[in-house]
Order: sequence, then structure tokens, then C-alpha cells
Amino acid sequence: MIWNESKECMSRDELQALQSKRLVKTVNRVYHNVEYYRKRMQKEGIEPGDIRGIEDLSKLPYTTKDDLRETYPFGLFAAPQSEIVRIHASSGTTGKATVVGYTRKDIDIWAECVARALTQAGVTRDDTVQVAYGYGLFTGGLGAHYGAEYLGARVVPQSTGNTKKLVTMMKDFGVTAIACTPSYLLHIAELLEEMGEIDNIKLKAAVCGAEPWTDNMRRQIEEKLHINAFDIYGLSEVMGPGVACDCQYHKGLHVYEDHFLPEIISPETLLPVGENETGELVFTTLTKEGLPLIRYRTKDLTSIHYDQCECGRTLARISRFTGRTDDMLIIRGVNVFPSQIESALLEMAGTTPHYLMIVDRVGNLDTLEVQVEVEERFFSDEIKELESLTKKISHVLQNAIGLAVKVKLVEPRTIERSMGKAVHVIDNRKLV
Amino acid sequence: MFIKQLSVFIENREGRLEEVLEALKREQVNIVSLSLADTSEYGVLRMIVSNPEGGKEALKAGGFSAMLTDVLAVKLSHRVGYLQELLGAICRAGINIEYMYALSTGTDDASIVLKASDLAKAEAVLRQDGVEIFTNTDLAKMS
Ligand SMILES: [Zn+2]
Repeated sequence: MIWNESKECMSRDELQALQSKRLVKTVNRVYHNVEYYRKRMQKEGIEPGDIRGIEDLSKLPYTTKDDLRETYPFGLFAAPQSEIVRIHASSGTTGKATVVGYTRKDIDIWAECVARALTQAGVTRDDTVQVAYGYGLFTGGLGAHYGAEYLGARVVPQSTGNTKKLVTMMKDFGVTAIACTPSYLLHIAELLEEMGEIDNIKLKAAVCGAEPWTDNMRRQIEEKLHINAFDIYGLSEVMGPGVACDCQYHKGLHVYEDHFLPEIISPETLLPVGENETGELVFTTLTKEGLPLIRYRTKDLTSIHYDQCECGRTLARISRFTGRTDDMLIIRGVNVFPSQIESALLEMAGTTPHYLMIVDRVGNLDTLEVQVEVEERFFSDEIKELESLTKKISHVLQNAIGLAVKVKLVEPRTIERSMGKAVHVIDNRKLV
Repeated sequence: MFIKQLSVFIENREGRLEEVLEALKREQVNIVSLSLADTSEYGVLRMIVSNPEGGKEALKAGGFSAMLTDVLAVKLSHRVGYLQELLGAICRAGINIEYMYALSTGTDDASIVLKASDLAKAEAVLRQDGVEIFTNTDLAKMS
């Protein structure tokens, strides 16, 4: 099934003409409505009239997360506040959050994109969809929710947390599809196995995203639960989940190119690389009103493929992600930068003690342990003081990244330094 | 008169205690008494040593976090209920005892090391009761 055949299967020529038309409109919009973009374009000597179609895309400057941070909170919004109907935010590398805003039309288009993704996963209006992403400022929960509702399915807004309750409702409500992170789904599968309920549920499809996973993990999920699992991609800056999703042929994730114009560039030279070559994924939004972004660097590494898919969609496909150009970690679907840990420790202690983040996956759930060297200034001859230090550090870190952190005090000089530089992350999760 | 206790942070890993002792031995620092307070992941080794300053330097040089803390070393007489009386007096004065452990003096006497929330007040309470309190010089003689 295809949700919007006229858009998802249009000829490449027609699609490019549509993209060109929309790009011109978007460039005009940011030039006239966003001072930051206007100044940037003026500095580069570009006028809206210089952009006549997607062939002129490379004339435009890149946008990065730093630009969003500099214009915090609403500086890049291109619609009046009265037209903004939703705000989402995600924590950034520093204290400031990345804030995104949506107009009514943005929310509708977002819902359509998620509906397309769900349709690719075989979900229809006859299904019951359990949304087990976190609801709130994170785009996962509400994004999937609106999409499933738009499709006409019954939505169970489960959110995350109580897995036993989730499993009971999955069974009692006859849930047929679920949207959550892949590691959480594996955790759910294990609980179902433990409870002997795996044959008593009606689940047939899962749309998983918000963290990297592999084809092996997908097969593991599919075999354990006897379902089909699909990879959905998105990032809040560009929209949220539903920028791209794979189809039943699992040959990459179809990008909804009528709304998001993808490019792959070399993170070193910043020049576009060829088809099938790996580089950094860059998006220009084509229809967004609230927060249109020009050539936004996602820092995700992938490659793009334009040959037509067996499913009939003409939309380009991006490969599973091979990594990041920065040191961002995704832990339980939450983006975590080592620099967040660093600045939280710095704020607490005056100077940063040596620390090491150890990420692991226990029983399919990600865990984060932060080891902190007990320098003389932290040391006390009283255990209760050391215990309260541990509590204080874990509290500070949890506040900084929004994840439970296990803090372990270690002796000075025990965290390895390589070439005089401390190694700050050990990721023991095996994505196999 | 307080005495200096040497404390060091050690992880619960094989051989760490031994390395502490090795570092002290290299600098000819004798251990008079010691006590280990531990959790599941780490411990604090508290020691009364012949040369607290030298011991601290030796441990720092060995990469350990070490510190000196004032504590009271109290001589006890061999009488049933004596320790209880002393502690009772300290508690009645509104002072908390953070920790205590046995001090080996090399003689027949029983003695203890204790750290209290208000060490000066604890000392005054004990002196009032006529309790003998060791000095650093006393301890240097023991080792
Ligand atoms: Zn396809």
C-alpha cells in the first residue's frame, strides 16, 4: 500500500520540478521573514532571485545546530508567533535546548509523512497502534501519535515507562502495530517471552527509530515477535520522526523528497559527493513554515540511492546510518554529548574531573555509567560524604541529559589517557 | 591534643590495598593501626602512622587520593562498661561519633581512635572524665 501515490511515485522529472518550485518559495520565505538568514545571504552576496531551482541549491549556505543555538529560542522561526501551534525542544550540547516550532500546516504535513511511513509498514485504519515513544518535548511520541491518528488507526498513547502495563494493554486491546525505539521493542519482546504471552498478542508490525540499529537487530525483533519491523528516521530540527522510512524491501529508507530535499556532502570539503558515496546527510525543508531550514547539516553519515525501488516509489533511499560526524551518543533514544557531561561536572566542581562514560546494553536496555576520578578535593575520610558526592553527581548529570546515570567513584589516574588526551566514552553496545 | 590520621581512597579491586601498603613501606612509614570502611565499589582506608605527612606524600606520589584528618586517640582502662560510659558522655554533650576503631598501642592497654562531629568538644568532655588522650609524640614512640 502507498499512502499518497501521486507524490510518492511521481516521475523524477515531475518531482524535481516540484522541489524547485518549493525551494524558491522557501528561500523567499526565509529571506523575508528571518533576519538571520537574510543577513547570512546578504553576506554571501546571494539574493532570492539567484535561486531558480534545485540546481542552484549549492549556492546557499549551510545551517548547523550552532545557528539554532545562536538564535535561541525563536530566532529562525519564519512564521509569526500567532501561527505557531506547537513547540518541541531537545537538549543540546550546552545548556541551551534546540527549539523547533510548527504551524498548523506543518503539523498536518508531519502527520501525513508519518502516515506514509506507517503505510509502508502495512499499517491501515483497521489497526491499533501503540505509541511507546516518550511523549513531551521529544518529537517521538506526539509525532507518531498524530501520524497514526491521521491515518485513521486507533492510537494507544502508551508513552514509555511501565512495560508490564504496556504488554497487558497490547494483549487486551488487540494492538497490531507499535512505534518505539528498537531496543525498547526487544525489551518488550523479552518480557512477553517471560510472561509466556508471545502467542497471545496480535502485533504484526513495528515502526522503530530514534536510535541506530542494524538489519540483524531487525531480524531478531521480527523472529522473536513474528512481525515485520521498519526503520523510521527523523530529527526534530527538520521535523521529527517521518522524514524517511524503509519499505517492505528494506533497501534503504525512502525520503519524503517532496518535503525534504536531501544532499550528501563531504564533512571535510563540504562539497556534495556522488550517488552511493557515504557522506554527511543534509536537508533543506521544502514546505515548512514554522522553522524552514536551508541545507541543515544533520551530522548523520549515510549514502543516497536514486534507482527505483521494487515497491513502486520513486523517492530516493538513504542507507542505514553508519555513524556520526560528531561524538553524539544515542542512549535510550536520547541524544547525549560527552560535552554535556563535561559542562555539568564543570559547573558542579569548578574544574572538570577526569570522567569516563560507559554505555552498555543490559537486557536490551541501554545503561550509562559515568566514572569520576576522586581527586583530593572530592575525597573525604567519611563514607557518608563520598556517598552524598555520588548522589550529587548523578543528580547533576541526570538533570543535564535527562537520563538516569549510575555514578562510580574511581581512583585518580585510573581513567586511561591516550596521547595525553582522556578517552571519554566506551560504548560496549554491540549492534549486531 | 588531636592526632593526624592518614586516609586514602581505594577502589575494590584486586591488589589496591597492597599497593597502598607498598607505597608506605617504600617511604619507611610504619602503620600503627588501620581500619577499612568499605562500600560495594570502594573503600576508605584509615590509618594511624608513624609519619602522617610523609605517608600522605608517599601516597600522593603513588597516584592515590589521600588526606590527613584530626582524630582523637583515647586510652581505655580495662573495666567493663568503661567504653560505654565514655561514649555516653560524648553523646550527652550532643556530639556525633562519625567512626571509631581500635588502636594498637603495643602495650596491654585497650585504646581507640575516634572522629566526632565536634572534636574539640569531645576532647574536653573526655578530659573532664580524666581520660588519657594520646599525642602524636606518644604515637611516634609506639611505632
Ligand atoms: Zn521501496
